[in-house]
Amino acid sequence: MKTRKLLSLAALALLTAGLHLFTVFSGTQFYLVQLTMAAYYGLVVIGLGVMMGYAGQISIGHAGFFAIGGYLSAALTTNDLTPFVATGGIRILDNLGLLVHGQDIFGADLVTVSPWAACLFAVTVAALIALVIGGPVLKLRGHYLAMATLGFGTIVYRVFLASPYFGEADGISEVPAFQLLPATALFGPLVISGDSAYRVLNYYLAWGVLFVGMALLLNLIDSRAGRALRSLHSSEEAAEAFGVDTARCKVQIFVLSAIYAAVAGSLLTHFNGGIGPNEASVMKSVRYVALVAVGGMTSLWGTLLMGVGLTFLSLRGVFGAFDDVVFGVILIVIMLFAPEGILRGVFGRVVQLFLPGRQV
Amino acid sequence: MTLELFFQYLFAGITYGSLYAIVAIGFNIIYNTTGIINFAQGEFVMLGGMLSISLLQFMPLGAAIAAAVLITMLIGAAIEMLFIRWLVNPSVLRLVIITIGISILLRESALHIWGESIRSLPYFYGNEITTFSLGGVNISPQVLWVIAACAVMMVGLNVFFKSTSIGREMRACAANRTAALLCGINSRNMVTLSFMLSAGIGALAGCVMSPITYTQYDSGASLAIKGFTVAILGGLGNSMAAVAAGLLLGVIEAFSVTVVPLAFQDAITITILLIILFVKPHGIFGSSEAARLKDF
Amino acid sequence: MISNSSHSEPLLVLQKVYKQFGGLQAINNVGFAVQPGSIKAVIGPNGAGKTTLFNLIAGNMPATSGTIIFQGQEIRGKKPYEIARMGMARTFQNIKLFPGMTALECVMVGRHTQSRAGFWAGLFSLPWTWQEERAIRHRSMELLEMLAIADLADVEVSGLAFGQQRAVEMARALAAEPSLLLLDEPAAGLNIYETAEVARLITTIRDMGITVLLVEHDMSLVMDVSDEIVVLSFGSKVAEDTPPKIQKNADVIKIYLGEDGTA
Repeated sequence: MKTRKLLSLAALALLTAGLHLFTVFSGTQFYLVQLTMAAYYGLVVIGLGVMMGYAGQISIGHAGFFAIGGYLSAALTTNDLTPFVATGGIRILDNLGLLVHGQDIFGADLVTVSPWAACLFAVTVAALIALVIGGPVLKLRGHYLAMATLGFGTIVYRVFLASPYFGEADGISEVPAFQLLPATALFGPLVISGDSAYRVLNYYLAWGVLFVGMALLLNLIDSRAGRALRSLHSSEEAAEAFGVDTARCKVQIFVLSAIYAAVAGSLLTHFNGGIGPNEASVMKSVRYVALVAVGGMTSLWGTLLMGVGLTFLSLRGVFGAFDDVVFGVILIVIMLFAPEGILRGVFGRVVQLFLPGRQV
Repeated sequence: MTLELFFQYLFAGITYGSLYAIVAIGFNIIYNTTGIINFAQGEFVMLGGMLSISLLQFMPLGAAIAAAVLITMLIGAAIEMLFIRWLVNPSVLRLVIITIGISILLRESALHIWGESIRSLPYFYGNEITTFSLGGVNISPQVLWVIAACAVMMVGLNVFFKSTSIGREMRACAANRTAALLCGINSRNMVTLSFMLSAGIGALAGCVMSPITYTQYDSGASLAIKGFTVAILGGLGNSMAAVAAGLLLGVIEAFSVTVVPLAFQDAITITILLIILFVKPHGIFGSSEAARLKDF
Repeated sequence: MISNSSHSEPLLVLQKVYKQFGGLQAINNVGFAVQPGSIKAVIGPNGAGKTTLFNLIAGNMPATSGTIIFQGQEIRGKKPYEIARMGMARTFQNIKLFPGMTALECVMVGRHTQSRAGFWAGLFSLPWTWQEERAIRHRSMELLEMLAIADLADVEVSGLAFGQQRAVEMARALAAEPSLLLLDEPAAGLNIYETAEVARLITTIRDMGITVLLVEHDMSLVMDVSDEIVVLSFGSKVAEDTPPKIQKNADVIKIYLGEDGTA
């Protein structure tokens, strides 16, 4: 079991390097930008995938958590605190080294929160919100749960769309780069930035984050807690009968998936240099659900591959004006014909044609 | 707040509330017959409006509305037959996702056919500044059309379900599918019929509301949430309560602009929905026992 | 007649338990005690309320009133997982395994109350969890071997035969190292030989120190293994006694209408 996990993670690492080399040899290095973005979206999708596939809880509001991560990071690192620099709370933050003193494009003083502090804050807020609403929301089932999560996502969208602090319909731009680690004697700085000088670095950073995210989830699935999650999906009553606090488990995985989405939101916002309200839209949430569905709810690797792959195609504009339609169609087709996802559903049936009796 | 302003808000609330009530009834009809929540319900309203606006170029207003309703009903039937009918024991999750997918398809098709522009039907009587006075308050005649149309639909549905044999058959299906089958009722057709009926009343509501609310390719989404909120508020499946709940929500929403900026109005409604779901998912008028007795 | 009093505290005590569903009185003033180390059976015609009683004891539904004491603590109103953690395990009449998981994994879930690794420890695969995982797996395999289905360890459970699924359920319940094991119709759907196996297994379980409370229709099994029998009819307790006395009890014979109690 453990070797299989290590092998597949190694395969992911190879795939990452392989894709990079492919772009170098085919002269398509600009693909790296979309691949980077796709990796961050992939992080959202695998977090959601474990929740939907293993714990069986649907959420059509996850774009909300992505947006919370992204918007809070963006707002804190762009809004000027100069007028408040003398006041108590802000001064403490400054003394703690959490503020950045710089200049805006006009040369005036600009005091903002440092990206590290902003990111941690944003992710913490997302986690806390998930913790608070998780309890009541996850007591709901089926349609009610779907509607509640849809409602949550819509509220987040509306709030960001309507607030001047968050840029209303224009969103927030001029989001600064996020320096993860400063330059050392041997290595340059690790910076999340859309600057083309850092393009390759950011590609590996994004896929590195995805790698770590995947590894953690694989750990979870094989652990006692992961078994508890899977058992509560299959038979909640039996799981409870054997000591699994199902309500608590559901909240835990919900919070984890919210953290994944918020981290992705924060990092991608720094990479893109901005964020807009449509990142919180229902269509985005539905898209994430579609990606989990097509990847196969119980196949985390399928979810990752489909999530990154289809997102990449969408970002390259392959679906053109029919982008949203494609995801709608995917949802319907998969749910109608292959609810177990592409890998098990389609490939599984093909395999069975040639090798009857063999399970995928 | 002046008395006149109060009545303005009140009538706005009643008007929108009637619309939400109709959407909720549409949810209930399908839910009662099949147990499915049709996330695409809002799109039926949008289609009614859009189709009638397009057909208006070729025929008089009344005919355009009638034709739009008819076409939407056919679309409803087509959806059921294409996507729902042949599913065997689908899980709730699957159904939720499928109807969401359908809602997206309808919305995107509308976008490609009609573009992003906001359209509306002309006012049925007079124009947008025509008003008449009722007890010192100025009301547009369209409001009366809305209330009248919704009232007619509700009465009509009531009569349909209680007095016609098809209506009774649908109620039988809702109450107990197997028993209905044993009585020779073709439950598959009942399901198709429920979709047609929901689509029809949604479309008609969309037509009468169009001059007031305008119609856009994505009007369906927020209507679906609000209609669902009303349905839940009244207790899912209980359409009589949905009427009361709809009016209540409409009025609350109308008066909410006095306390929060307009942009947050939708957020208020959804917060109400979440609170209900958390505290009393069977609705204000429902009880957990009554939720099992899914009568119209 | 209540059985001979034991010197130790009873493991499970029910007193004046009622359960009402709307207008229906499903459980009507039922009370009995289960001594540790004994095997007690609950029998009665269909609809007598046996499964409801189990659900009340295990916490799946709340009793309308009355007292249920387990290990000296009141458990009425506690959630099923809390009661499970106190040392109660059960099997289900309609098998409730975990589709999508293998037999071994199902049994490993049974070890949940006997292990500690939490959500975050699992996520980061903290080193101290590795040994616990090994121990869980080891013990689960032991139980599968005890039930002679070790070769099915890596088979996904929905593909197993009915009798094999029963065995997995039993292994899972034993994995929880319960002090009280509730068996819900363990012989349902089994033939004579398999039922005899179940009888042997139940006595083995008792010898392991586990107290057993079982609901069962198969009279031969019940008379064979039980120390005491409680008879329910329409939610009320009709009799509680040793098997020979129950067989001769006129009220019991009457409610079974002609069945003389000797299989």
